[in-house]
Amino acid sequence: MTTRIFGSGIRRREDPRLITGQASYTDDIKLPNMAYAAILRSPHAHAKIKSIDTSAAAAAPGVVAVYTGADTGAGLNPIPCAWLVPDCDIKAVTYLAIATDTVRYTGDAVAVVVAEDRYQAEDAVELINVDYEILPSVTNPEAAIQPGAPQLHEDAPNNQAFHWVAAGGDTDAAFESAEVIVRDTIIQQRLIPNAIEPRSALASYLPAMGELTMWNTTQAPHIVRFLTSLITGLGEHKIRIIAPEVGGGFGAKVPVYPSDMITVFCSMKLGRPVKWTETRTENYVSTTHGRDHVGHVEMAATREGKITGVRSVVYAGMGAYLSTAAPGIPTILHGLMYSGPYDIPNLKADIYGVFSNTTPVEAYRGAGRPEATFLLERLVNLLADELGVDPVELRRKNLIPKFDDGHDVAMGIVYDSGDYNLTLDTALEHVNYQHLREEQAHLREQNQYMGIGVTCYCELCGLGPSQVAGAGGFGGGLWESAVVRFYATGKVNIFVGTSPHGQGEETTFAQILSDELGVPVDDIEVIHGDTDNTPMGWGTYGSRATVVGGAALALSARKIKDKGRALAAHLLEAAEEDIEYEDGKFFVRGSPDQNKTIQDIALMANVAWNMPEGMEPGLEATTFYDPPNFVFPFGTHVAVVMVNPDNGYVELTRYVAVDDCGPQINPMIVEGQVHGGVVQGVGQALWEGAAYDEGGQLLTGSMMDYAVPRAHMVPNIEVLSTVTPSPHNPLGVKGIGETGAIASTVTVYNAVIDALKPLGVTKLNMPLTPERIWLAIHQQ
Amino acid sequence: MAKIPIRLTVNGKPCQAEVDARTLLVHFIREELELTGTKVGCDTSQCGACVVLMNGASIKSCTTLAVQADGAEITTIEGMATDGNLHPLQEAFWNNHGLQCGYCTAGMILASVDLLERNPHPTAEEVRNGLQGNLCRCTGYHNIVKSVLAAAEAKGG
Repeated sequence: MTTRIFGSGIRRREDPRLITGQASYTDDIKLPNMAYAAILRSPHAHAKIKSIDTSAAAAAPGVVAVYTGADTGAGLNPIPCAWLVPDCDIKAVTYLAIATDTVRYTGDAVAVVVAEDRYQAEDAVELINVDYEILPSVTNPEAAIQPGAPQLHEDAPNNQAFHWVAAGGDTDAAFESAEVIVRDTIIQQRLIPNAIEPRSALASYLPAMGELTMWNTTQAPHIVRFLTSLITGLGEHKIRIIAPEVGGGFGAKVPVYPSDMITVFCSMKLGRPVKWTETRTENYVSTTHGRDHVGHVEMAATREGKITGVRSVVYAGMGAYLSTAAPGIPTILHGLMYSGPYDIPNLKADIYGVFSNTTPVEAYRGAGRPEATFLLERLVNLLADELGVDPVELRRKNLIPKFDDGHDVAMGIVYDSGDYNLTLDTALEHVNYQHLREEQAHLREQNQYMGIGVTCYCELCGLGPSQVAGAGGFGGGLWESAVVRFYATGKVNIFVGTSPHGQGEETTFAQILSDELGVPVDDIEVIHGDTDNTPMGWGTYGSRATVVGGAALALSARKIKDKGRALAAHLLEAAEEDIEYEDGKFFVRGSPDQNKTIQDIALMANVAWNMPEGMEPGLEATTFYDPPNFVFPFGTHVAVVMVNPDNGYVELTRYVAVDDCGPQINPMIVEGQVHGGVVQGVGQALWEGAAYDEGGQLLTGSMMDYAVPRAHMVPNIEVLSTVTPSPHNPLGVKGIGETGAIASTVTVYNAVIDALKPLGVTKLNMPLTPERIWLAIHQQ
Repeated sequence: MAKIPIRLTVNGKPCQAEVDARTLLVHFIREELELTGTKVGCDTSQCGACVVLMNGASIKSCTTLAVQADGAEITTIEGMATDGNLHPLQEAFWNNHGLQCGYCTAGMILASVDLLERNPHPTAEEVRNGLQGNLCRCTGYHNIVKSVLAAAEAKGG
């Protein structure tokens, strides 16, 4: 083949509708006789509901109905948590769609109004009168688990949601015999995902049929169907979930939400379509947050700089209830990754999940792995300072040497492939590390404070083997599916269970199929997001869509090729073993002119006028692919910052990302994923953080108060890559959706601390705002 | 509530309507005219997803009343392509992967129209400063900046 479509940065095929305004997101959809819902939310972090008076709201213009928890409690089961991690005494507390007796966070739903238009619904919500008895509240996870803290749930003493421990080697012994120990307390501040599209649900229930259709801003429509069935009691076969265009998710559109179930309830009660779309203010308090760890972490090493152990005690905030996947994040997706790219024989993660009077926490880009990478890379830098060695050399001394097919680490998982020195060398050469250090020394002489941060990371993604999911308490599988259907005209539809929402799989999946079968990309259309016409799948998150869903697609394509070969042999009157395939043509070996194109095959298979005996008509293949292992992308990132000591302002002057996600299907899309992930992680280091006041009010409750990075705050991102295929993936690919966010927070953090070293500042909490930095400098 | 009559031109087409005094321009565009390419991201003019052109200048339609647009010429994303040809900014965003989920894109493109109108040959830094009022959570802005610079290049010839 001359030019492979696999590996080519072709323009995205989904873009024409997106750049012209022709795409439909959930809130863009209108149905006949549609009503609008607005939800009243608790203004208190913790309170008893003494009474609710809805009479004025019910009498307001345009109001169709008002419901409280007493109503929804009779129609909806509690919202289940779908990741009940085993062996950790997990408390699956009751999570109601609408609170009945007690509200547990500012934003907990209290009532819903349905009206003829949205303005009327919002007006009427303000007429509901709720009498609250305010209770003491707590928002910090470490404070919440202390004796005497306000209690959220009767069945979760000390607010402990779970206590999970994972260990490998003999960590305590390693620390007892350690020559050097470094320690830190790391606050992974609570983050607010801020997808630019607010969440929305449009539920349409047909009473005559007992059928429900819901358009929903979700990353996982099949999971929504599954859980909606459990919550409403409707048969799963009577529910259709459609994720139309979805405007960013970042993990916050994985869970099944009370608001969406409330909307379903309203439609079922009223027998007409009901739409609910959150305001941004609502989004800040009621769409899930991310991170929220307080971690006490330490690293043991020899004087020569060999790391011998890492251990932690982490208090991970869960918010007021357990969101759909929340418990799996600080445990399996965090605690198992304590060795990163390093050879560390003794590891222990001691993780407490803690309830607090805050918005529930969920996956947020990276989900657990940024926190693991942060603590490891922070400790390595502290160790380098302690030993007086260059942090890069210390990293190199501990990196796992290159491996192609499996490497056991102390936590009991097996990395697939890695060449960590290669990405490190590539990054150092690209930035000319030695020169940077010289420049830094030179600038310091002039009282200018440049800092350099270098991170080596390895992460776990491509979730994942279903057996591991089951053993880990995940209430579902983590396989993926793809149907490839050829029509008589040679055109193809691919139906997938994953649900892209910006990742560009309508393009990359078409490239995979085009590469496998020689069909022009323009003859392929990828269908996703509608549970009525796509095969079951578990959704798009955990950098899994291309790794797992793409693998399912490749295997379906290969099944088509096998059938095509057999059919071509029949049509060409040759033995099947004599048929070769290249560039979309099946031909008799040695006689390329005697051939049948894939389009010829598609036509014959569909009309079936002349089929080999016993061969079924049609050219279609389905694959349910369960990966044998996770994939482990890795890389090296470098940040260069300038810190102005007069005002504490940090300028990120340079950011270099060298990532290895195996072979790249579309390098342009890979780079885009890296750019976005890096900037999200930089946001955590420098600007972002949810803040609550003592009464549990969210102080950062708008885009004015919560600093999502803007264009002028960040530089261009320099993106490089190396290619180390995954040995077990049919395409060799690894995930790239989260690596940027996994590596960049600590890279920038370490760069800022490096810059501040001559000024005596060695520790700061994130975000590294000018105020914090200025105060730290001036309080020395 | 008393209705107020307004007349305006949207994407070159004259239209008239009666609206409530409090109706926001973005809701008028989306709900009454059913031009849903203009998005609501934050309701508070922070994110720029709702940017449209009013008499050629970019404005945030989520904090503009429909009555304020009386007599105005409005351009939304649906009015950008002419005779089936994409506007150079649309073409540039497509060529340079200037969008991922697409939700901020209409606002980004319309804000960029205004930006290039005022500064046809901006530097990268000027583009970044010019788009301060538009949030994107997917792209890290890298390819948005690249797209706007490419469009400027294409237009400048």
